[in-house]
Amino acid sequence: MRRVRVIPVLQIENRKLVKTTGFKSPSYVGDPINALRILNDKQVDEVAVVDIGATRNKKRPDIDFIHQLASECFMPMSYGGGVDSLEQVSEIFKTGIEKIIIGTAFYKRPELIKEIAQKFGSQSVMVSIDIRKNWLGSQRVFVLNGTVDTGQTPISYAALAQGAGAGELLLQSIEKEGSFKGYDIELIERVSKSVNIPVVPLGGAHSVMDFFFAIQAGASAVAAGNMFLYKGTHKAVLINYPDQDNLIQNLYNKI
Amino acid sequence: MVTIIDYGVGNLASVQNMLKRCGFASQISKNPDEILRSTKLILPGVGAYDSAMEKINEYGLFSVIREAASNGINILGICLGAQLLLEGSEEGILSGLSLIKGTCKKFDEQTIAPLRVPHMGWSDVQFVATSHPVAFYGEANPRFYFTHSYYLHCDNPENILATSFYGREFTCGIVNNNIVGVQFHPEKSHIFGRQLLTNFATL
Repeated sequence: MRRVRVIPVLQIENRKLVKTTGFKSPSYVGDPINALRILNDKQVDEVAVVDIGATRNKKRPDIDFIHQLASECFMPMSYGGGVDSLEQVSEIFKTGIEKIIIGTAFYKRPELIKEIAQKFGSQSVMVSIDIRKNWLGSQRVFVLNGTVDTGQTPISYAALAQGAGAGELLLQSIEKEGSFKGYDIELIERVSKSVNIPVVPLGGAHSVMDFFFAIQAGASAVAAGNMFLYKGTHKAVLINYPDQDNLIQNLYNKI
Repeated sequence: MVTIIDYGVGNLASVQNMLKRCGFASQISKNPDEILRSTKLILPGVGAYDSAMEKINEYGLFSVIREAASNGINILGICLGAQLLLEGSEEGILSGLSLIKGTCKKFDEQTIAPLRVPHMGWSDVQFVATSHPVAFYGEANPRFYFTHSYYLHCDNPENILATSFYGREFTCGIVNNNIVGVQFHPEKSHIFGRQLLTNFATL
């Protein structure tokens, strides 16, 4: 049986757990440490924590808080948000985190990926590619919380990231984020075909079925935010994760 | 005392954190006296084979670890640390610690297609050497977190502790008396890893 990673993504801002929709209007969801404890109990495959305020507010990664988070994690954990130097990456890895997510910094200084890959190995660095349509209706990669158009297509940007030494790509659809409308399957297909490193989609997942569609389209693992934070039609906050039987039956046994 | 060997490579904090969660105190050290006075040694490791062996040699730990092994101290290698217990790797040219006969081999992308290298994620693990106390499992169907491009290969099948599957069967645990190595990350593998580290710490 082949298992694929199912990764909850937690957004934080000022040490609080938040959730955006389409990269906008963050709403307060709870305490990140408490969320991590619940995710531990649920034996999640891996967790990603992204500080969505760090780059926007020009803040350095909050190392003390990252350390607190890492101490709660008995599973693989990645961190993203405001990381723009090798020194910061070293400090973050010392806390017990083993993978770093780089977004805006890759656009500003692509060599950073090479530096991280050389020192810590490719498996330790993931490049986040945030995509939405520009005013002409073409999909382009955006940085800085989806506000700056790089002018690059998803395919060309993915190739650059792979060439720079990224171990994985976090492929995020900005329009789908928080929508519960399913992944952008066509995008996953195109990008997975164009690179040979793992592609991990994020944005839109609503059910284990969506994970299955994403893997079928070529994704190596899947990530989601809303789905693991909310339950029911009224979006009540309830940290949740599919149990093993559900994943085995509806995902692992089908791929 | 459990000592986590610090040779500048690998994720020491998470190993120590998981040991603490299991209820065991540990120290992080590269001091030969402290290492030789320990009852248990953990050799973590992440990165390239040769750069890890260079560090071990540079810190004078090659002979220290081998002496600890011959003194009967229990040693657990994790991930790259397990690979270093073998004689070498296709990844590099330097000799490993050679505490178990064998070498590390790279996953062949043709054989495992459409899967990709590295193998990154969770896999079910079968313990072959079920009589070894580290292999004892209270939990049914243990699964562990892996991240690697090279796998362990023992010359003697009796050194195989555990196997797993990623497009092909591969050895993911090795054992030779007091020497144990696991390719996966027990420190990142929830209750399954907690059980394995507890088994090791109580040897």
